[in-house]
Amino acid sequence: MQSALTLLSWGPEGWLDDIAAGVFVTVCLALATLPFGLTLGFFVALAKQSEEPSLRLAGNIYTTIFRGIPELLTLFLIFFGIPLILQYFVRLVSPGTSADVNSFVAGMIALCFIFSSYSSEVFLSAFRAIPKGQYEGGYSVGLSSGQTMRLIVLPQLIRIALPGLANLWLILLKDTALVSAVGLNEILRQSGVAARVTKHAFLFYGFAGLIYLLLAIVSSFGINAIERAVGGSEVKR
Amino acid sequence: MSLATDALKVDRPPPPARGWSRQRILGHVLVGLWIALGIGMVVYLVAAWNPEFFQKYAPGYISGLGITLLLVAISIVLGAILSVPIAYARMSKNPILSGFAYAYVYFFRGTPLLAQTFLVYYGVGSFRPELEMVGLWGFFREAFNCAIFAFSLNTAAYQAEILRGAIESVPRGQWEGAASLGLHKLQTMWKIILPQALIVALRPYGNEIILMIKGSAIVAIITVYDLMGITRLTYARTFDFQSYIWAAIIYLVIVETLRHGVEWIERRITIHLHR
Repeated sequence: MQSALTLLSWGPEGWLDDIAAGVFVTVCLALATLPFGLTLGFFVALAKQSEEPSLRLAGNIYTTIFRGIPELLTLFLIFFGIPLILQYFVRLVSPGTSADVNSFVAGMIALCFIFSSYSSEVFLSAFRAIPKGQYEGGYSVGLSSGQTMRLIVLPQLIRIALPGLANLWLILLKDTALVSAVGLNEILRQSGVAARVTKHAFLFYGFAGLIYLLLAIVSSFGINAIERAVGGSEVKR
Repeated sequence: MSLATDALKVDRPPPPARGWSRQRILGHVLVGLWIALGIGMVVYLVAAWNPEFFQKYAPGYISGLGITLLLVAISIVLGAILSVPIAYARMSKNPILSGFAYAYVYFFRGTPLLAQTFLVYYGVGSFRPELEMVGLWGFFREAFNCAIFAFSLNTAAYQAEILRGAIESVPRGQWEGAASLGLHKLQTMWKIILPQALIVALRPYGNEIILMIKGSAIVAIITVYDLMGITRLTYARTFDFQSYIWAAIIYLVIVETLRHGVEWIERRITIHLHR
């Protein structure tokens, strides 16, 4: 029997270095997903608030699909589905070769779809909070619609959407745990390996839970700093 | 020759205004893309149609769906019961009580459901002698029971927050008014506060049920044969990708039905608030 402290130490006897590698992968996955998810979510929100019914319909179908399918199923659909599609096209070019998709990339794509469908709702409600006069003011001083969006609407939008997006970031961090199911060596999987080898399942899974809590706490400090930097959620007059 | 083409250019009437703005074109392209995807999926499912597959695995899907719904229903009800004392503790003025409730809620909302499920399913093995002594080992040996245990604790934390938020959204004046009419606290809670709070809480509760249905898919990883578990089993046996597509369709139908059901209830119970 080894003590909990040795098991959680850094080095050949302990598992801390393996779990730290897992933390690195988790954070990388979440950080790599974030920009794509935000951008896609913003454009979906833009489609959903446009005056063109077909654009709204397209945006709503997107949200309905990715909010309705369980995250794990989305992940499996992408992890097993993309190679099938890729293979179909690869075989057209050179028969006999096989295509595969990395679990990190599959996780990134799946999380990006999920994150963007939720963030589009956050952006949409933020869009609705911005009065029409802001757009009209922009047009009346001679800005194009793109300039109005970039210079006038977007800065206000970010302030309003920030609390909702912060929430989604925490959800994204938690959702990365699902990618362990397709074999990505992130926190939960590394802890699982340690648990299986040492037979201290409660210790290691509990430790993994604490790491997720720690990540959430660190994130909330970061989020507070960003909120201060953009000047709170209220439009100053 | 060039004269003729010039004349053609000049004589041609200006093109009529067609009203196809960039947005409209983009919108139609995107909707067309979705339609193409939908048709592609239908074509795929028709092409992959296999009566044997259905005969063999469709009953499994139905039983899996039953397990999923049972799991969610039990967890939601147990979570709702458990959430009442937690919400009470969270709102109490006693710092120890509210601190404990805060820690509980923070832990269960801050860690992934998958990690909590693993903690229960694999972690109880560490306490086997103790559990055997109390006679609970038989309960925790079943993956299904472990899932219910973990999910109930998890959803209790979320539901406690929903309940607290809803109760705190009722203005203080309602409490004071009830007190001035001589109602005691329990009566006020039951007859005045809760009916108003539950209107606020309906949508979050609906979302929580949807989250649970989606979250319950992870029990497939701990060998419970719910809808997702059956799907993985079917795929492992047949390597037929349609097994995942059918699961996606079933989940989508359940979630959409629930969402529209909650919206319908909300419209019905807020009729008196619309002017």
